[in-house]
Amino acid sequence: MLRLLCKFAVLGCMLPLVGCSQSTSTSPVQSGAKTVPSEPLSTGDPKPKVTLIQPGAEAERSAQEALILAEKGEIIEFAEGTFEFKGTLSLNGVPDITIRGKGLDKTFLNFTGQRAGSGGEGLKIKADNFTIEDITIQNSPGDAIKIEDSNRVAIRRIRTWWTNGPDEKNGAYGIYPVLCSDVLIEHCVAECASDAGIYVGQTQRAIVRHNRAERNVAGIEIENTIGADVYENNSTNNTGGLLVFSLPGLKLKNGAHCRVYKNNLYDNNHPNFAHKGGIVASVPPGTGLMIMANDDVEIFDNKIHGHNTTNCAIVSYLIAQRKFQDADYDPFPEGIDIHDNSFSGGGKSPQGEIGKLFEQVAGLPMPDIIVDGINNPKIEVEGKLPEKSRIFISNNGEATFANLGIATVLQGGKPTITRDLESYAGKRAPLEPISILGVN
Amino acid sequence: MRTFSVFLCMVTTLVGCRQPTEPVVIAHIEHVTATEGNQPVTQVATRRNQLKFPQQLSEYKLFQGRIENLVPAKGVVEYDLNTPLFSDYSSKQRLIKMPEGTSANYEETRTLDFPIGTVIAKTFYYPIDLVDPSKGRRLIETRILKRTDEGWTGLPYVWNSDQTDAELSLTGANVEVQWLHTDETPRSNTHAVPNMNDCKRCHLNETMEPLGPTARNLNRDMQYEHGTENQLTNWTRTGKLVHAPKPDDAPRLAVWDAPSTGTLDQRARAWLEVNCSHCHNPKGPARNSGLHLAADVTDMYHLGVFKTPVAAGKGTGGRSYGIVPGKPDESILLYRLETKDAGALMPEFGRSLVHEEAVSLIREWIESMPTIDAEQQIKVSLRL
Repeated sequence: MLRLLCKFAVLGCMLPLVGCSQSTSTSPVQSGAKTVPSEPLSTGDPKPKVTLIQPGAEAERSAQEALILAEKGEIIEFAEGTFEFKGTLSLNGVPDITIRGKGLDKTFLNFTGQRAGSGGEGLKIKADNFTIEDITIQNSPGDAIKIEDSNRVAIRRIRTWWTNGPDEKNGAYGIYPVLCSDVLIEHCVAECASDAGIYVGQTQRAIVRHNRAERNVAGIEIENTIGADVYENNSTNNTGGLLVFSLPGLKLKNGAHCRVYKNNLYDNNHPNFAHKGGIVASVPPGTGLMIMANDDVEIFDNKIHGHNTTNCAIVSYLIAQRKFQDADYDPFPEGIDIHDNSFSGGGKSPQGEIGKLFEQVAGLPMPDIIVDGINNPKIEVEGKLPEKSRIFISNNGEATFANLGIATVLQGGKPTITRDLESYAGKRAPLEPISILGVN
Repeated sequence: MRTFSVFLCMVTTLVGCRQPTEPVVIAHIEHVTATEGNQPVTQVATRRNQLKFPQQLSEYKLFQGRIENLVPAKGVVEYDLNTPLFSDYSSKQRLIKMPEGTSANYEETRTLDFPIGTVIAKTFYYPIDLVDPSKGRRLIETRILKRTDEGWTGLPYVWNSDQTDAELSLTGANVEVQWLHTDETPRSNTHAVPNMNDCKRCHLNETMEPLGPTARNLNRDMQYEHGTENQLTNWTRTGKLVHAPKPDDAPRLAVWDAPSTGTLDQRARAWLEVNCSHCHNPKGPARNSGLHLAADVTDMYHLGVFKTPVAAGKGTGGRSYGIVPGKPDESILLYRLETKDAGALMPEFGRSLVHEEAVSLIREWIESMPTIDAEQQIKVSLRL
């Protein structure tokens, strides 16, 4: 039966060879937890130089000049007040720099009216051992802060948002490290991004903790990332509270090794205001936690409640109904363990195309935990996934469950829904914590 | 008058004592209006003053006679490219100066390997009338790329209003410009001179380097005093270039707007290479998108065909794939070129206007791609 699905997946792509390959995820232990950087996250220089920038007509030029001429170990500090920028503020190639304000409620970098062709981002950073703290970045036409190709990044107590509220014209991402390694994001607030408030993309080793995400399309999104600990975050009133996705066509592919724990995800029922085309535009409003195609995800001790579509969905990339051509990409979520979470009050009114599909299959109320039932037929032995690729679900209180059996739907048949958790019993070996030197 | 001044504060008084963990403030930039001529003495200003870069463009001695006439000095070579980067309809003069007695090494695909000490100067200007250059022009900025033994450095120089020299401006500038367009309509724009970090946006891939002077983009005729000659031939004959094959044996990029130089596909791919691939290549800063736009890319998926966006945000324009063959208005790639939205346009840096002629070219190119009839049947349908 699932061979048919596999054939279908092939058809669904431009060229054959897709979706049928073995999972090529890197071993999480090798790639995620064990390797630690050779230098700590902060410099520890007891007396770093500080350049203080005051608000005013010359502030943009002064700040940019300070960042161009910055020296290793320096702190660029913005005073209290609002700073207006007509272009992107950038740091490139100078290590050990800290940008900080006097508090996210006291120092504001405002990018309203940024001129076209100057980048689109608020801040754009490409520098190792970078820290940003205690500042608000607002109203950038593109991402609020994009940090790329940087190793050892600390983002603390910053706020990114768009002051006009949720709007499809807002920039895509609030806090956006991509192609980085050893990233810490803590005590931040991310609001009103038209894609994700906090987005960790194509990164190795990230810790995302103690943040608050509200009124974004995706509150927090971990994408094509190897090694992430996401814990003790609050995510509410987004379209989707927390997404762990693995997408095709990228160099760092097959996201794996992600621990999602002790988060509070509730009432993420905001209408989806993303532009169609991007993957988050497919996320149904009312999604608490969604795992798409990512492998080795351990979900525990979370409180997830009040999501109109479903509190927790584990799905393959195929559910997005998008073509792809990437022979090494694994579109199936494998090695997932959902245990010791608390779920309640979800599934009352599924939204969006995928939500409606779920509803047609499962009826109301939607179960707290759903899996789409689309597995990789190539790795199945006698119709069963090998132990390391299984989905485990245990000890989640009164949580309801359904396997939507959408695999048969993809072949034109009727879904084969099962609500029995028996075949999901057991636990996978716990994932190792992500360790970043200098981060306790 | 400069509104930029300073005060140095005593190390321990202000901050250090109150919060022991707070780093010591050494310099403090205050934005109080300074008296004329009162130079700031912050650590940032000190560093600026200690820079070894020439403060004035004239110090490079690239020109002879009145500098604003842009007549190259002896030993300075003017060159042209098959397909140039679009920069909001500005015109450009390109010069290269290698140390006397040195020459560049031929490279087939990469930028030519220029000797240490090489200076490349690109001067941006707006003719008063795009159709009739004899009416004069306004010089805006000159971008310098200089190769030292530490590699290439990019430096922006902004022309003064008297047009008598250009001054180094690490932070770039915004200059209001006007011109009479090719359709005789008056146009205006805020021309953005990049800051020193912006240079790296495009020029820094694995290392910082020039982008224009590749063999394939230089492989064309140029008007010299003695007549027309292929640039690779001329540079070889005059000792500026070694190990270059004959022009016919060297790669050649199509001229994007000259159908005699290449097929529609070759011209579209040439335009995309020059305008996009400095970021959109497997080692460039836009590799996170998985979209690769160099002219030699053969993998149609990575070129964008039925490729889903990754982090495009509103840059999708509501469209699902980079390129949908035959359907330019369903292709994100074209939307990115047609929009002027600061958070969605591409290239994201250096363009604020729409390159209308290139949009037509790319539109025609996507239209010409065979529609894949499989499109309908491969659309995953979740029938219940």
